[in-house]
Amino acid sequence: MAGLGTATDSQGEVFAPTRNWLLLPSWLVIGFFLLMPVLLMLVYSFLTKEFRGGVVWEFSFASYDKFFLDRGLFGDEGPFVQWAYLEIYWRSTWQAGLATLLCLLIGFPTAWFIATRPVTSRTLWLFLITVPYWVNLLIRTVSMKFLIRDSGPVNEGLMAIGLITEPIQMINTDFAVQLGLFYSYLPFMVLPIYASVERYNFALSEAATDLYASRWQVLALVVIPAVRPGIVAGCILVFVPSLGAFLAPDLLGGAKNWMIGSLIEDQFKGAAGNWPFGAACAMILLSMVLILLLFYARNQSRGAAR
Amino acid sequence: MAIEIPAIDIVGVDKRFGVGPGAVTALDNVSFAIRDNEFFTLLGPSGCGKTTLLRLIAGFEQVTAGDIFLYGEHVEKLPPNKRPINTVFQQYALFPHLTVAENIAFGLRMLGRNKADIASRVDEMLALVQLSEMGGRRPTQLSGGQQQRVALARALAPAPRVLLLDEPLSALDLKLRQQMRIELKQIQKETGITFIFVTHDQEEALTMSDRIAVMSAGHVQQIGQAEEIYEAPVNRFVADFIGETNFLDAEVLETNSSASQIRLPGGVTVQAMGRAEGPQAHVSVRPERLSLDYQGDLPCMVQRLIYLGTDTQYVVRLADGSELVVRRQNAQTGTKGFQPGEAAAVVIDPGAVRILAD
Repeated sequence: MAGLGTATDSQGEVFAPTRNWLLLPSWLVIGFFLLMPVLLMLVYSFLTKEFRGGVVWEFSFASYDKFFLDRGLFGDEGPFVQWAYLEIYWRSTWQAGLATLLCLLIGFPTAWFIATRPVTSRTLWLFLITVPYWVNLLIRTVSMKFLIRDSGPVNEGLMAIGLITEPIQMINTDFAVQLGLFYSYLPFMVLPIYASVERYNFALSEAATDLYASRWQVLALVVIPAVRPGIVAGCILVFVPSLGAFLAPDLLGGAKNWMIGSLIEDQFKGAAGNWPFGAACAMILLSMVLILLLFYARNQSRGAAR
Repeated sequence: MAIEIPAIDIVGVDKRFGVGPGAVTALDNVSFAIRDNEFFTLLGPSGCGKTTLLRLIAGFEQVTAGDIFLYGEHVEKLPPNKRPINTVFQQYALFPHLTVAENIAFGLRMLGRNKADIASRVDEMLALVQLSEMGGRRPTQLSGGQQQRVALARALAPAPRVLLLDEPLSALDLKLRQQMRIELKQIQKETGITFIFVTHDQEEALTMSDRIAVMSAGHVQQIGQAEEIYEAPVNRFVADFIGETNFLDAEVLETNSSASQIRLPGGVTVQAMGRAEGPQAHVSVRPERLSLDYQGDLPCMVQRLIYLGTDTQYVVRLADGSELVVRRQNAQTGTKGFQPGEAAAVVIDPGAVRILAD
């Protein structure tokens, strides 16, 4: 945006036309692959469901009504609040929140460790962080399913050494979903925090220690404020995709532990076959994320203005 | 008279980095004491171990061998946040997310002082460094000189017993540096805190310090007041590092504990300060203690000259081919200066020649 609008200095004036041309491909890609589909979803969410899974071009609030209100099986009761979908959204939110917290707890020390290695070995450590991405996420999620199922190596191993007598139910639980989310998105936490810590001026820690701060005070009062941009970026990068995650809840959570992703998938591909409703679910998710980010951006600009 | 307990007592301190054959010795058996209420300077070229010594005193590094005492107490077991010592860092290391006032208050907050005390102490410190209007600014909104003052105020606020300053003026321009020298000295006098100042700048050291330790290659070469170090350097390194000097080889004719009779290369016999250890001696003589005239001690040929305003620096060649640097005041007796190629003679001030230990 800034590139298009703010050519105020003399050099900017000269280069402005060239720059606009150079930005054109990006705008086309963003417009075609991001804005268009979102607009299409927005339109679909206000259309009427067609019997065999398509849509009828008739304006309707039915999808949003269905999401929030319970009017009974034949539409003649209530309306009461429809808790079924809100519950899925609530579960998604806390699952994503917990995954973010776990990623932060593990990711921060990891990033700190890498950033404090000698420059020569840092590259190797970073490279190792990206290794899991060589294998498709689907394959990795499925193999996790094999690991934690009742007859998987974890349960078998624990039984073999006599710690447990019967398998612990891990698959198809919230725990399994959490494990999947945490594992899938951990690198998204590590990398931005690493970038922040790498720029951190370690003399600040010495200065704080010199001024009588304990280790924890150095961490809380100096280090974390200094690397906060990396922490916030990492949290957004983990929380947002976790919220809409589909593979982990679908493969590890089973039928009872749905998250938003599973609900939406079911509307488009699965048994429900309700495109307008799926589109409405997606729009509600999008609104949640946007509100969250706007809230954060406002906080940021207020902090910067201070 | 009561025995004075030194502020810092360094006893046989060794510091090595790394282990095995690749280990680097930063400090080798260093021992000396810094007095209470003293402006003490560690002076030396980069890599001489002066910053390492400062970091050992602050507690950021651990000694390999030896002991450090702070007012008679052994500090080796104390982590840096438990030592009543504060540091002014070379690049200031101000907390960027805190205001100037919050930076200055940091140490007091960590010590658990109450809010009212902290506020009044911060105001006092801001006034001391003449930044009373700047308390609400961020460090990034200040100039280099102002940041330097904030760093000083932050380190002084908790009223440490010893203040360490790690080349704090090196990032400032010349004018500001000269001004800060006077202010630092003033603040040290006012607060009565022991200052340990690290620098590679001899001028800084000479103008501010009560005493100076000249360091090189992990050893303390000489400790003394500015005049002692300048006028009576104990060895070639100190003579060379502090100010400009000429080195000559001389033949020793007679020596006692404080002075010697020596013969210089040109054949002239002079009195030299210091005791000679053998028949041959290295001697040094400062350019400003030499002069040029038509008649004098050492006949010479003027090679080149540099006009320096108040005086002119001549490089002259002696009969044996060695070169001497001579500084001659321009106001001197209204005579005209010498020109390159002109024959002249070097006049040596009585007591100007010093015998060096090595």
